[in-house]
Amino acid sequence: MPDIKDLKEKARKLRIDILETIAGAGSGHPGGSLSCVEILVGLYYYKLRHKPCDPAWDGRDRFIMSKGHASAALYSILASCGYFPKEELKNYRKLGSMLQGHAYSGVPGVEFSTGSLGEGLSVANGMALGAKIKKKDFKVYCLLGDGEMQEGQVWEAAMTAAQHKLDNLCAIVDHNGVQQNGPVARIKNEDPLAVRLRDFGWNALDINGHDPEDVIKALDLFGQAAGKPTAIVAHTIKGKGVSFMEGDPKWHGKAPDKEELSKALEEIKREKI
Amino acid sequence: MTAGMKGPAGSKATRDGFGEALLQLGRENKDIVVLSGDLEDSTRAEYFKKEFPERFFNLGIAEQDIAGTAAGLSKVGLVPFICSFAAFWANAFGVFRVSVCYNNCNVKIVGTHSGISVGPDGATAQALEDIAAMTALPNMSVVCPADAAEAEKATRAIAAIDGPIYLRLGREAVPSVTDKEKPFIFGKACVLKDGAGAAIIACGHMVSESLKAAEKLSKEGIEARVINMHTIKPIDREEVVKAAKEAGAIVTAEEHQVNGGLGSAVAGVLACECPVPLEMVAVRDAFGESGEGEELLKKYNLKEDDIIKAVKRAVSRKNGGG
Repeated sequence: MPDIKDLKEKARKLRIDILETIAGAGSGHPGGSLSCVEILVGLYYYKLRHKPCDPAWDGRDRFIMSKGHASAALYSILASCGYFPKEELKNYRKLGSMLQGHAYSGVPGVEFSTGSLGEGLSVANGMALGAKIKKKDFKVYCLLGDGEMQEGQVWEAAMTAAQHKLDNLCAIVDHNGVQQNGPVARIKNEDPLAVRLRDFGWNALDINGHDPEDVIKALDLFGQAAGKPTAIVAHTIKGKGVSFMEGDPKWHGKAPDKEELSKALEEIKREKI
Repeated sequence: MTAGMKGPAGSKATRDGFGEALLQLGRENKDIVVLSGDLEDSTRAEYFKKEFPERFFNLGIAEQDIAGTAAGLSKVGLVPFICSFAAFWANAFGVFRVSVCYNNCNVKIVGTHSGISVGPDGATAQALEDIAAMTALPNMSVVCPADAAEAEKATRAIAAIDGPIYLRLGREAVPSVTDKEKPFIFGKACVLKDGAGAAIIACGHMVSESLKAAEKLSKEGIEARVINMHTIKPIDREEVVKAAKEAGAIVTAEEHQVNGGLGSAVAGVLACECPVPLEMVAVRDAFGESGEGEELLKKYNLKEDDIIKAVKRAVSRKNGGG
């Protein structure tokens, strides 16, 4: 078990980078970026086998960010791991920058370009199936948003993963309960998500997505259900860590201004770990 | 589904040529994998399935998932061929756009049963807009062979190219019109009959109709060149311009909507590089209907006589007529 306090500290730093990156660009998606912070920290600092100095290392585990709009979170954690200089985050969403508005494979460490919701799980399935065909032992992780679970393709893919026994695949749903225009439950209710995924043949569990210990334990359980893909339904809060952003759909796709940024950063820095 | 059109002796469907080539490729290249949308018997992917069941996956009736899974497989170094009816790939357009093309994945999309001549199943199964959709996507190439032998060669050729490619095939048997000895060169059109009175640029099943039309025209004193434009994107600009300069009148022929197909691609080249009178033989912004292939080709003005009329109109415009 890694040092939980250290992971919490890393999560705090990641939140700061995310907010500064989005504020610097003047646009982006803070809500869904802040909600998946502990998940990314658990993956990149604990679970994933990866080499930031060699992003194309053949034996690496694959991570697909299906919720491609949370690119600020993905780019920030990759920069913090050393895939590219942190300075680069200042160019996020600017003309000529590699840091495109949605997750972009031209960025070292980004496995696949995403941004049209609902597409990532199929791609992850393909990689997991490919690993089996090629007899490789890498694992495939896919982070989905709860909003994109409304796309039919996700459920097509859910059936494929179970049918083909992709037990080298782990889908994590950032279940923050809020999509662009309101609460997920009021727009198209998908709860109880883990139960539904189990019905589709998955090994699925619910966790508190903001508790690093919970995240670590769940990631460790992945791989223990032979012949079944694993789904971790991570219950999170949209905009987590910033009081005026938490649970508010308004912050799905809006950058904080200067004043809002300093208020947000103050809150994050002040939070006791 | 009823039986399709019966072609003349020795005729064969392009899907058959594809199926045979895919099986051969499977023997030569262990990285080739095939995904099917529950139509492997119809698409002829079945030949591959029988010999290589471990590299064949029927992902069910789920075109979007098939396209995305193929994208993932390609990123692990495999070469996926995905097979369904051309009409049903419309369901996966968004996935082709982002997962396959934006990520420049080495995915070969095979659409059989294209065009109106597929017949009795009616409009929902007749792909008449797939060339338009596929050519609009960056990184995507589009290949539409004229006969079974060419389909076989084209299948092998596209397997060797890294990147997304759409292979447009038909269900019906078509006469053999290409030279078996001649290699298939991706992006390079084939002149099947020479002539400088007009030029007919056709793809797929319309190549054989165009050759029949050219023969009849020849008897009337019009020597029409017939060009098999098997690669629609990237289009062979050089051959189009050459035809325009030497023949001065162009007709395009395709089993596709008039908007965004081969005709539009040729028009784009002509307008920019060498404007000459152009007539398009294509479906005029309409859905098809049920009927036998031959009946439909007649009803939607896609027969040799329609090509002949179009050539005459183009020649008359070249000579200053209306």
